[in-house]
Amino acid sequence: MSTLPLSAPQVAAESLPYKGRVGMWMLIAAESAIFTIFVVAYVYYIGLSLSGPTPQQVLEIPIVNTIFLLSSSFTIWLAERALARNVSGTFRLFWGLTILFGAIFITGTAREWHKLITVDGLTISTNLFGTTYYSLVGLHALHVIVGLILLTSVFIFSLAGKVRQQDERRVGVLAMYWHFVDAVWVVVFTVVYIVGR
Amino acid sequence: MLRNRFFAMALAGLDSQTSIFSPQSGPARSIKAVSLLTLGVTSVIFVVVASLLLYAIVRFRRRPNDDGSEPPQVFGSTQIELSWTIIPVLIVTVLFLTTTRVIFEIQDAAKPKSAIDVTVVGHQFWWEVRYPGFHVTTANELHVPVSTAAAPTPTFMKLTSADVIHSFWVPQLAGKTDLIPNRINELWMNPEATGIYKGQCAQFCGTEHALMLLRVYVQTPEEFAAWIRQQQMLAAVPASDAAQQGRREFETQACINCHTVNGTVANGRFGPDLTHLMSRDTLASGAAANTPENLARWIDDPDMYKHGSLMPAMHLTKTQVDQITAYLVTLK
Amino acid sequence: MSESSIPLPGGLPGTTRQDARSGALGSVVELLHEWVVTVDHKQIGILYILYSLVMFVVGGIEVLLIRLQLAGPMKHVVSAEVYNRLFTMHGTTMIFFVAMPIFVGFGNYLVPLMLGVRDMAFPRLNAFSLWLTVFGGLLLNYSFIGGTGLQGAGTAPDVGWFAYAPLTERAFSRGHSTDFWALALIVSGFGSLGAAINFITTAFSLRCKGMKLFRMPLFVWLMVVSSVLVILAVSPLTAAQFMLVIDRYLGGHFFDTQAGGSAMIWLHFFWIFGHPEVYVLIMPAFGIASEVIPVFSRKAIFGYPAMVAASSCIGFVSLSVWAHHMFTVGMSAPSNAFFTLSTMLVGIPTGIKIFNWLATLWGGKISFSTAMSFSLAFLFQFLIAGLTGIMLAVAPFNWQLHNSYFVVAHFHYVIVGAIVFMIFAGFYYWYPKVTGRMLDEKLGKLHFWLFFLGFHLTFDVMHVPGILGMPRQIYTYEADRGWGTLNLLVTIGSFIQALAVIIFVANLVISYFRGKAAGPDPWDAWTLEWTTASPPPAYNFAVEPVVSSARPLWDLKHPQDPD
Repeated sequence: MSTLPLSAPQVAAESLPYKGRVGMWMLIAAESAIFTIFVVAYVYYIGLSLSGPTPQQVLEIPIVNTIFLLSSSFTIWLAERALARNVSGTFRLFWGLTILFGAIFITGTAREWHKLITVDGLTISTNLFGTTYYSLVGLHALHVIVGLILLTSVFIFSLAGKVRQQDERRVGVLAMYWHFVDAVWVVVFTVVYIVGR
Repeated sequence: MLRNRFFAMALAGLDSQTSIFSPQSGPARSIKAVSLLTLGVTSVIFVVVASLLLYAIVRFRRRPNDDGSEPPQVFGSTQIELSWTIIPVLIVTVLFLTTTRVIFEIQDAAKPKSAIDVTVVGHQFWWEVRYPGFHVTTANELHVPVSTAAAPTPTFMKLTSADVIHSFWVPQLAGKTDLIPNRINELWMNPEATGIYKGQCAQFCGTEHALMLLRVYVQTPEEFAAWIRQQQMLAAVPASDAAQQGRREFETQACINCHTVNGTVANGRFGPDLTHLMSRDTLASGAAANTPENLARWIDDPDMYKHGSLMPAMHLTKTQVDQITAYLVTLK
Repeated sequence: MSESSIPLPGGLPGTTRQDARSGALGSVVELLHEWVVTVDHKQIGILYILYSLVMFVVGGIEVLLIRLQLAGPMKHVVSAEVYNRLFTMHGTTMIFFVAMPIFVGFGNYLVPLMLGVRDMAFPRLNAFSLWLTVFGGLLLNYSFIGGTGLQGAGTAPDVGWFAYAPLTERAFSRGHSTDFWALALIVSGFGSLGAAINFITTAFSLRCKGMKLFRMPLFVWLMVVSSVLVILAVSPLTAAQFMLVIDRYLGGHFFDTQAGGSAMIWLHFFWIFGHPEVYVLIMPAFGIASEVIPVFSRKAIFGYPAMVAASSCIGFVSLSVWAHHMFTVGMSAPSNAFFTLSTMLVGIPTGIKIFNWLATLWGGKISFSTAMSFSLAFLFQFLIAGLTGIMLAVAPFNWQLHNSYFVVAHFHYVIVGAIVFMIFAGFYYWYPKVTGRMLDEKLGKLHFWLFFLGFHLTFDVMHVPGILGMPRQIYTYEADRGWGTLNLLVTIGSFIQALAVIIFVANLVISYFRGKAAGPDPWDAWTLEWTTASPPPAYNFAVEPVVSSARPLWDLKHPQDPD
């Protein structure tokens, strides 16, 4: 006998948490640790650059950009609700808006960087501010881009009719990631554009 | 107390020039005292727990005539868990409070007016030693006066680095402290007996970290004052022809870009100050004894004594090397 | 009733029947292909373990060369440059490509079996993590032929395994050797992260019926705690390594002291990783001890909840002790005092674990199989290692001992004396389950005594040169320091350990072909992995087990006295 079925007094099966959510929470924990280190480096070096442009001189608060990104958390939530009610048209509408808002955010960041590089002469190698700024904001932007790629994939699957109500949990896991990216932006925004300026 | 003395005796057997248990200075002594206490506490813990383990292994081993039954299953006891939590907490409390007192005693020691100020700058792979109060700069050897209770003249050092992280460690005089670029650390000592104390860099700093050796010369106040006066003098002017020719060679080669000789055009800061090179016992921070022969070989090919030294071989002819050596040996 | 699967005679799990028609070469290719694309946790576990064993030999050869060079003063066995590469590679290899992956291997194999489930939560992520780890190790070792470093002809990284800045900046570390270090570890770091996510998710989301969290085997708990630490600690290292790469390639100034940057933040970031890392390494060893010691004492583990609590406490507190690696950098007195306190505090739950193992032995019936011998030695050695750790926690004592051979002796006492000893115990305990054959006990005892002798000769003696002022990471030393004889003894011990390892590897190979058949439960143990065939069928359990205690097999064997 290779396996012994162990019969024992019946114990109620526990409802165990959905593995996708647990896994994503762990990923969020790890990513939070990485971002924390970059934030600590940024804060540590505030005011210590030996030369070059300072945040006060070159940074403009990206209010519009931020509104779009944070709104995308709202639209993705609306999309999830639509999927839960199996309304694919609404789901695609709000999911698409999420992607659009995220793309607007990235475009805004790109334009900001273009100005910083060509007009203000600030690059990653200019001074401590340049190094820590581009690293931190860039790391966040990278996570936004990865998120946009994943969101777009789901959008395409949805167009092909492959995303249905029973996929709610899996879509929810991706939405968790997107909310995390937005939460990180709140921290980055506060540290870079408010505290550090 | 008895245990401490036992340890002290056992450890004295481990005497060596760089034993942490042969202190000759206040900080090293304080460290030894708290170390012995810690050793005592941990030894007691070891003896108690190890004995219990040994006893358990012997007493509860399965006998050859065992009937194969399972022993009574014991799953735990809250009381026992509490007791062996509380006792360690108490031990930690005592150890922590004692340790904290020593930390503050050493780190926040008051600096008397009579203290000697020294700045040590770490380089790959040598020590720059400066006495700002006396306008003296030398390399690889630290000279300090002995410090007595009656006439305390401790040495208070500021430590930094010109390149990577190094660490200043002379075990008999003090614990080690790192030399970190862009940062100034502090270390003090009050040596009680004259003599030569050895140490070396204790933070991996590159290829020749192992040969970044250190010597502290603890002298009587008179000897120290004489040494300072001698170090303050400008470089000797060479008399012999060979030496003068050597000085010309020295000053036309790239030597002066890295080395300083006070009173001449040589004012480089990258390498050790050579004004009183011959007053030092070793070359290349301990890599070789300071003799004219070794000096000539060093100049010809630094790699020979210290492969990885940042002093390049200048590809000089034998004549040039001999002449430069003849000049340098006049720098007493 | 369950369907029975055919126990495969000494075969590796998952191997399919031989297909005579495609011939020997075809079946070899088929076998290789199966193993490369597998997502089965048992095969992935075996691959991790085999990879780690290979890396163990690589790291071992590196250290034997180190010990030959240090066996006497001013020797010329290897040059300074080669020596610096050897100790850098030895440390990096042993920590990242032996100790970490071997426990991921053990965990991969055992956790689903112990939880009564089919596989890990994310099988494809599992495979991906394996291959990232493997690739990282290959990349690191490729540096021996592919990089260039200090002094031109250099190759492998030579900056020490903790790679302090600014030594690692472009200005001081020319060529690519440091890049191999950073990139290899970034890659394998993602592998570690994937494995950690998998273990935690599996433990929380995949358990058989009745397996509440407090009925999981302690080994699973310890894998979870270790994995949480990986998530919180490896990430800072990855971040710091990104920063280093940005400095080296994009002209960044994170650690550029010439631009006002700080050498200190590398230290902080590295040790925020580095200290929890050593708990990542020891937690699974604790887990193995908590499985082996009860079985060979014939008693349940004493204080299961206390063990879970103590392990979690250790994990939590270990995140607050990192600067005890930095007592000499010139922190303020209050900071030094804080880290002394936190370091001593972490010793308390650690001691509690030792006491619980002692209490498990107490009143039991101890038998001295090879697995148990290694476990008992572990208890003594871990006790000593913990106590030298308390000595190092005393900041002023640390000001003398830091970066000396005393520290090297201390951490090898933990890593070899505790962790490697428990790895060996784990091998002797679970090899029968994995292969269906017992390891030879005579060879096992020989392995144990030789390794024990060599270990103590090397690492007991090694404390003394540290006390006599010998720093670490030096390629040679002067003759008049009095360190020569001591170092010679240390070297002799290292070769004795090497001999023991050779015997161990021989045992692994010989027993695979000629070991006694093991059956499902050779040790009369109590957790779910012992209910399957040896080796288990691909699906693990034909019927999902239902459990009502932490020792389901005990309940089955003792229906009158279940837990």
